[in-house]
Amino acid sequence: MEHDLICIVCPRGCHLHVDENLKVTGNFCPRGEAYGKQEVTNPTRVVTSTVKINGSDLAMCPVKTFSPIPKGKIFDVMASINKVEIDAPVHIGDVIIHDVCGTGVDIVATRDMERI
Amino acid sequence: MKNVDLVIIGGGSAGLAASVGAFDSGIKDILIIERNPFLGGILNQCIHNGFGLSEFKEELTGPEFASRFEKQVEDRKIPYVLNTTVTSITKDKVVTYTNEKEGVVEVQAKAIIMAAGCYERNAGAIGIPGDRPAGVITAGQAQLFLNEYGYMVGKKVFILGSGDIGLIMARRLTLEGAKVLGVAELCAWSNGLNRNMVQCLYDYDIPLYLSHTVTRVIGKGRVEAIEISQVDERMNPIHGTEKRFDVDTLVLSIGLVPNNNLLTDLGVEVGRSRGAAVNQNYETSIEGIFSCGNVLHVHDLVDYVVDEAREAGRSAARYLLEGKKETSKNIPVNPGEGIGYVVPSKLDVLSLKEKTAFKFRVRKPSKNVFIDYIVDGVTVKSTFKPVIIPSEMEVFNLPKNLLENAQQSIVISMRAKE
Amino acid sequence: MKDVVIIGAGAVGSFIARSLSKFKLDVMVLEKENDVGNVTSMSNSAIAHSGYDPVPGTKKAYFNVRGNKMMSQVCEELDVPFEMVGSMTVATEESQLKLLDELNERSALNGVEARILSPEEVKKLEPNINPEVKGALLCPTAGVVNPFLLTCNAMENACDNGVELSLTTEVKGIKRVGDHFVIDTNKGEIESKVVINAAGLYSDEIAKMIEPIEWKINPRKGEYYVLDHYAKGLVNHVLFPLPSEKGKGILVTMTTSGNYLVGPSSEWVDDKDDVSTDTLTLRNVKSQATTLVPSIPFNQQIRVFSGCRATPSTHDFIIEPSKKYDTFINVAGIESPGLVSSPAIGEYVANELVGKVLKLVEKEDYSPRVRKHIRPLELSVEDRNALIKEHPSFGRMVCQCEKVSLGEIEDILSRSVPINTVVAVKKRTRAGFGKCQGGFCQPVVINLLAEHQKVDPTKVLYSKDGSEIVKCKVNKGGN
Repeated sequence: MEHDLICIVCPRGCHLHVDENLKVTGNFCPRGEAYGKQEVTNPTRVVTSTVKINGSDLAMCPVKTFSPIPKGKIFDVMASINKVEIDAPVHIGDVIIHDVCGTGVDIVATRDMERI
Repeated sequence: MKNVDLVIIGGGSAGLAASVGAFDSGIKDILIIERNPFLGGILNQCIHNGFGLSEFKEELTGPEFASRFEKQVEDRKIPYVLNTTVTSITKDKVVTYTNEKEGVVEVQAKAIIMAAGCYERNAGAIGIPGDRPAGVITAGQAQLFLNEYGYMVGKKVFILGSGDIGLIMARRLTLEGAKVLGVAELCAWSNGLNRNMVQCLYDYDIPLYLSHTVTRVIGKGRVEAIEISQVDERMNPIHGTEKRFDVDTLVLSIGLVPNNNLLTDLGVEVGRSRGAAVNQNYETSIEGIFSCGNVLHVHDLVDYVVDEAREAGRSAARYLLEGKKETSKNIPVNPGEGIGYVVPSKLDVLSLKEKTAFKFRVRKPSKNVFIDYIVDGVTVKSTFKPVIIPSEMEVFNLPKNLLENAQQSIVISMRAKE
Repeated sequence: MKDVVIIGAGAVGSFIARSLSKFKLDVMVLEKENDVGNVTSMSNSAIAHSGYDPVPGTKKAYFNVRGNKMMSQVCEELDVPFEMVGSMTVATEESQLKLLDELNERSALNGVEARILSPEEVKKLEPNINPEVKGALLCPTAGVVNPFLLTCNAMENACDNGVELSLTTEVKGIKRVGDHFVIDTNKGEIESKVVINAAGLYSDEIAKMIEPIEWKINPRKGEYYVLDHYAKGLVNHVLFPLPSEKGKGILVTMTTSGNYLVGPSSEWVDDKDDVSTDTLTLRNVKSQATTLVPSIPFNQQIRVFSGCRATPSTHDFIIEPSKKYDTFINVAGIESPGLVSSPAIGEYVANELVGKVLKLVEKEDYSPRVRKHIRPLELSVEDRNALIKEHPSFGRMVCQCEKVSLGEIEDILSRSVPINTVVAVKKRTRAGFGKCQGGFCQPVVINLLAEHQKVDPTKVLYSKDGSEIVKCKVNKGGN
């Protein structure tokens, strides 16, 4: 099967064509080629969200999956994220959930939030 | 009165990068003035990823990108004040600010960099027809409530405008359990980045209605429904194409506008981007007052903002260290056919560097076109573009030798390939 | 048992309350909305008309002219921005000059200072006027006033002098029992010797509760554009076209805050609560306005709004006791020039109509003044610093566009009229009135109100009941 995709690796948004032999055309850079192959075989996304934080001046601490997770698991990952509650202080890169939903990927904090 | 060499108004991505640019060029006496309780500006509420690919060669979220620049500022020990608002600037560069601790402070600056960002176009500006209930809210405000305060602005949402923040919020609200019923875009094309169309709308089966606008808001207290209609090529609603959506919220993502009050109050010349008219050194029509970032023209990528702001910082440093050049010769830079605006909007041909970056946006998406760079009526350079869209800012560098003899004007223009 | 109950806390009800608060009377004001001045008094042209236009001998003419004369002092006492900038009624066609003369004569009959200007004089005073101008009637005593503060502060002054205000109180029925009235509301029954019906658009419905009436209030909607204050010097007066039977026409005016208003349209509507706007109507407003001022910078538009005038079927204000009871006083049909008339109406209703049925004894401790508003930006740097040292919150700007400090909002929250909504804050402080329309300050104001009312931000209202701004807490951490 052939696929026409828009590359999401960077904001350039190249229009990719992936043929049945997984040959990618239309990409500006090698990352586009990798994305094209991945997207038709096992699409993945980085999920960004927030978790409830106690003891900071804001109610929410932003988090992300450290690397992309399978697209089909986005809502499972969100459900896990929404169960968590953390305490300040927290720093960028701190692991909030280890190996979320068995994806092998950690949920990490993306903002330094001091205790007040 | 306090004396400071360089006052930077705004501690978001532009202000921070400008301070770094100036500091590294030898200016140490700097003051950054930020109205929020933290540095980093609006990046802090942009928790999605996609920032920093060109600046840091990695994909960061907004707060992560902001923290990299905060660190650069902290490392250099560049002074800043938080929770502080600038209320006025004078032509003599007296900056008046106010906060709870210091009261009202007047600072005599030798140079000023305006880096106050932008604000969101809202329902009032476009006069959305119908009732005026609660629940019509800009995408940025919805983002702030959700990402920093932990509140959902609505559960059944429609989005007007396909700007990037609107698309990002379509996904964010969906992930947090809201139902986003659709996005309407007045133009016949999307105004967001392609990648956001894919990962924010297509991934979640959110319909996009191109050439549509909201023709009625219904609801006394809170939004109860909205009606959208198709528009014709002159953007007038077509009678009989109305569709009704029962929603509790209408999120607006209808554009950003430079937050340039302080400079317009001062009588600074304004450019086509609605920010200040600047030359290639980012200097406004008032000597020693510079402008960069979204207060100058609205960028789609923060990576471009910090690049521009650092350069503005370096320019301000040059101005402070070398003093005003005795002579200058400003040639207007005008948007031609198919071009919305160009930054810089004038060129001082006596202070050209080896390369000058021209930033511009086209008015509508086009395929197979040439961009012509025309100096005094003569095309000095043409570039071919297979695809060009308004939502992506174009940057092109022209060498000094093509510009230095300009006498009348420089025009950037789009031309269809024959 | 109350001495007087006033139904309606618009400009008229508020000024009646203020005038009655001078006397030793037990006065209560019932308002169905959650703030005073929330309907017609909030959505109008913000003008203190001179009185050149009403038909001589009418109540409109009398109260307009009297109200205009009172305006300077009232605004000084109530600390309300008011500028007597003068109005010009502009003829753009030769055929209109005759009408201009008639209006000039009418002004003289009404006792209003006026004179006809030549086209050259008009152009000199208004450089942006249509160059085809044929002449204008200048009325120097017309002014622009902050309509929000005029109403709010009149009521605040009344409350400071002992009047009781009950918001979100809707009158369901009125009965005559013995020598007094029993008013049935959503919050229970209230007994009163005298009832004053100042219910604006709904005053016919209230009047009907005690007797059949021959008049009717017909809502007539007007839609407006608001332009930002960065378009400086666009016009220097209130500019009217020649009036027609549909009213004073589409005007272009400055406001006390430096913004410009363009409007209103004039549309009969069925729904008294209809404050919607419509693209075609506004487009028509735009094209009519440009016959007065061709270069209006509509790209400086920051808002559109509409309000309904309480137009009476009698064509004149109705300010009189009901047929059956001299203790039930109707004050109805107060359409334009209602805002400027309201202080005069208040004075007349209190002194003459209430004075006829109740004994008026002046209070010793009555004060006509409200607590001065602190406006830091109008102070010298030294005075501001002294203020901020004592009250730091005056140093923190909440609304960047209109430069409103936290201290000003806190001050509003501490006054005698309760503040329940974001719009209530906006009306009194201008926070959210600027070009970003609350984009930056609304979240701060919501949090302040939540704290003040000791509720969750999801309970904070924008304006009317049911106008919560944020829907719910996000589902996080076991919420």
